[in-house]
Amino acid sequence: MSRIKKKFAELKAKNQKALISYIMVGYPNEKDTVSIVRGLVKGGADIIELGFPFSDPIADGPVIQNASTISLNKGTKISKFFNIVKKIRKETEIPLVLMTYTNILYHKGYPKFIAEAKKAGIDGFILPDMSIEESKEYLKATKSNADTIFLISPNTSKTRIQKIAKVSTGFLYLVAVYGTTGVKTGIKNYTIKAIKNVKKQTKGKIPVGVGFGISTPEDVKKYINAGADAVIVGSAYLKLIEKTPQNKLEEKVSSFTKSLKKQTISKK
Amino acid sequence: MKYPSNGRFGEFGGKYIPETLVPAIEELEENYLKFKNDKNFKKELDYYLKVYAGRPTPLYYAKNLSEKLGGGKIYLKREDLLHGGAHKINNTLGQALLAKKMKKKRIIAETGAGQHGVATAMACAALGLKAEVYMGYKDTIRQKLNVFRMDLLGCKVHPVYSGSKTLKDAINEAIRDWITNVESTYYLLGSAVGPHPYPVMVRDFQRVIGDEIKMQMKKINKTPDTVIACVGGGSNAIGTFYPLVDSNAEIIGVEAAGKGLKSKLHSATLSAGSKGVLHGMMTYLLQDKEGQITETHSISAGLDYPGVGPEHAYYKDTKRIKYHSATDAEVIDAFLLLTREEGIIPALESAHAIVEAIKVAKKSKRSESIVVTLSGRGDKDVEEVQNYLNKNVKN
Ligand SMILES: Cc1ncc(COP(=O)(O)O)c(C=O)c1O
Repeated sequence: MSRIKKKFAELKAKNQKALISYIMVGYPNEKDTVSIVRGLVKGGADIIELGFPFSDPIADGPVIQNASTISLNKGTKISKFFNIVKKIRKETEIPLVLMTYTNILYHKGYPKFIAEAKKAGIDGFILPDMSIEESKEYLKATKSNADTIFLISPNTSKTRIQKIAKVSTGFLYLVAVYGTTGVKTGIKNYTIKAIKNVKKQTKGKIPVGVGFGISTPEDVKKYINAGADAVIVGSAYLKLIEKTPQNKLEEKVSSFTKSLKKQTISKK
Repeated sequence: MKYPSNGRFGEFGGKYIPETLVPAIEELEENYLKFKNDKNFKKELDYYLKVYAGRPTPLYYAKNLSEKLGGGKIYLKREDLLHGGAHKINNTLGQALLAKKMKKKRIIAETGAGQHGVATAMACAALGLKAEVYMGYKDTIRQKLNVFRMDLLGCKVHPVYSGSKTLKDAINEAIRDWITNVESTYYLLGSAVGPHPYPVMVRDFQRVIGDEIKMQMKKINKTPDTVIACVGGGSNAIGTFYPLVDSNAEIIGVEAAGKGLKSKLHSATLSAGSKGVLHGMMTYLLQDKEGQITETHSISAGLDYPGVGPEHAYYKDTKRIKYHSATDAEVIDAFLLLTREEGIIPALESAHAIVEAIKVAKKSKRSESIVVTLSGRGDKDVEEVQNYLNKNVKN
C-alpha cells in the first residue's frame, strides 16, 4: 500500500480528514526548506506537497510564481531537490507529493525522472498541465511506482470525472475555484456543489482533496463541512514564510499548521 | 496534415492544459469544426477579409532588388499592405467572428510586437467585441507605438512583469486570465501555437496567404522554386507553406538568430532547441538541461519566443521544410536594402525572411523564382532600427 493510501486509511480510522500542506522547495532557500518541513510535520500535517519550480507556471498566481522565481534564482535543480527529499525521508515517513509542471518530467524522460523521484522518497505526482489525454507515457512510467494525482475542476463533466478518477491514485485534486493558485476569501457556492458532485461520482472509491485559495482555519472548516476528504493549503504558507525570520520558521510553520489541522479533527 | 483529429502533427502538439480549460477547448474545437465549413460563416469572413482587411494582397516582383542581386526573381507577398500592417488580421478576423458566433463577449489576447494585439483590437472593434491584451513589459517599451494604437482602439493593455517580460510571459498571463474567466472569455491566440485546436485553426485562417500565392504565380505562368517566410510562433510561415507543401518548391522558414546561435541570445527554436512541453503543446523549445525555459533574444519582438508551432516541428523532423536563421545584424542590412531598393519598409520580423531571400537569390539562376512572405510593415520598428544604428555606428 502506498504511503498516501495508508495515511488516508489511518485518518479514516481516527475519523479525521487530511491536511495537505504545500511549500515550494528552495524558497526562501534550500536550508530553510528542511526547517519548514520539520515545522509542518511537528504541526501535524498529514501529507506534504513539495513544489518544484518551473519557469512558466501557468496555473499559479503571484505568490507561487514569486516563490518559483526565487527558488530558481537560488539555483534549485532536480538533483538538489532529490537530495532534499532524501534528507527529509531520513527524518519522517510522511507522504510526500511532488507538484511541478509536465516539462520538468518530460525533459528528463518520464521513466527516468519518476524512478529517481521514487528512489528519493516521493510518493506521488501532481502536474497541473497534464491532461488525461496526454498521460499515456506518464502513466506507463508511474505504474505501481507512485501515485498519479490528477486534477478536477468545478466545470469538469460527470463522465470526465469518472475518466479522471480511473487513472488517479492516492487522491483526487479538486480545484476549488476558477482561477490560479492564491489566497482567496470565502467559499463559493459552486465549489460546495462541485465537492458534492465529485464525491457522488466517485462513490468514496478515492479521497477527494480540495485546493486553490484555502488559507485559514475557518476556510478549512468550511471545506471539510462541505464534504472534502482533504484540504490543500499552499499560498498561505508561502506568505507566512515570506514574513517570518529564519530562526522562527519551524515554530511559526508548526503553529499555523496546528491551527489548520485542528479543523480536520471531528469533535465528538 | 489536413486536420489532426488526435490533436497531433506526428508526435507534436496535443493539449497539455489545466483541467479548467478542457471544457473551453472542447467547446472551441466543436464550434470551429462546425463553422469552418459553414457557408454563411465563410461568406462573412470573406467579406471582412476583402473589404475590411484588403485581401487579396498583391504579389510584387521586386525588380530592383532582384536585378541588384543578379540571381533569381524575388516576389514579395505583400501582407504588409493589410489593414493594421501585418498578416495577423487574417487570423483575428477569423477567430473574432468565431467568438461572436460562440456568443463570447470578452476577448483576451497576448501580443509580442503588438501587431497581434492591434489586429485583435481592430477585429473586435469592427465586430463589436471587447478586447483586452496582455503584453510583456519589455515589449510595451520597444513597441510603444502599438500600445498607443491599442489604447486608441479601445482595447485595454495589461503589461506583464513576470519572467522575461516578453511574449512567452504574455501568453502565460493570458492563459491565467482564461482559467479565471473561462466561461465568459474567448482566448484569441495570435500564432499557430498552443493546445489543439489552435495550431490547426490559426493555420487554416492564415492559409489564405499560400492559396493566393499559388494562384498569383499561376497567373504569371510560374511555379515558385523557393518559398520563404519568417518563423516566430509560425503563423505567417505555416499559412504560406501549408498550401505549397505538396508542390516541388523548396520551403525555408527563417528564425531569429539574434546575436548568433552560439551566443545563446537568440530565438531560433527549431535550429537550436529540443523537445518539450510549453503553453499546452509538445514541440521544440529553447530550454536548459533541467527543462526550464530559457530567455530569448531577437531584435524583433514578434520572433522573441522560445517555442514554435507543432506543425513546424513536424515538418522539421520529416525534413519537408528547412529552417534557417538570420542574425540581428543581417536583418538590419536586409531591412535597409529592401527599403532603399524597393521603397518598402519591412517589419523586422519579415526582414528575417528577406535575409534568406537575398542568400538564395545570390546563388540562383535568373529563371528561378523566389517567393517571400512580407508578413508586416516596419513603421513600428523605425525607432528600434534608429537606436540600433546609433549604437552600432559608434563601434
Ligand atoms: C510582422 C510580423 N511578422 C511575423 C510575426 C511572427 O509571428 P508568426 O511566426 O506567428 O507569423 C509577427 C509577430 O508579432 C509580426 O508582427
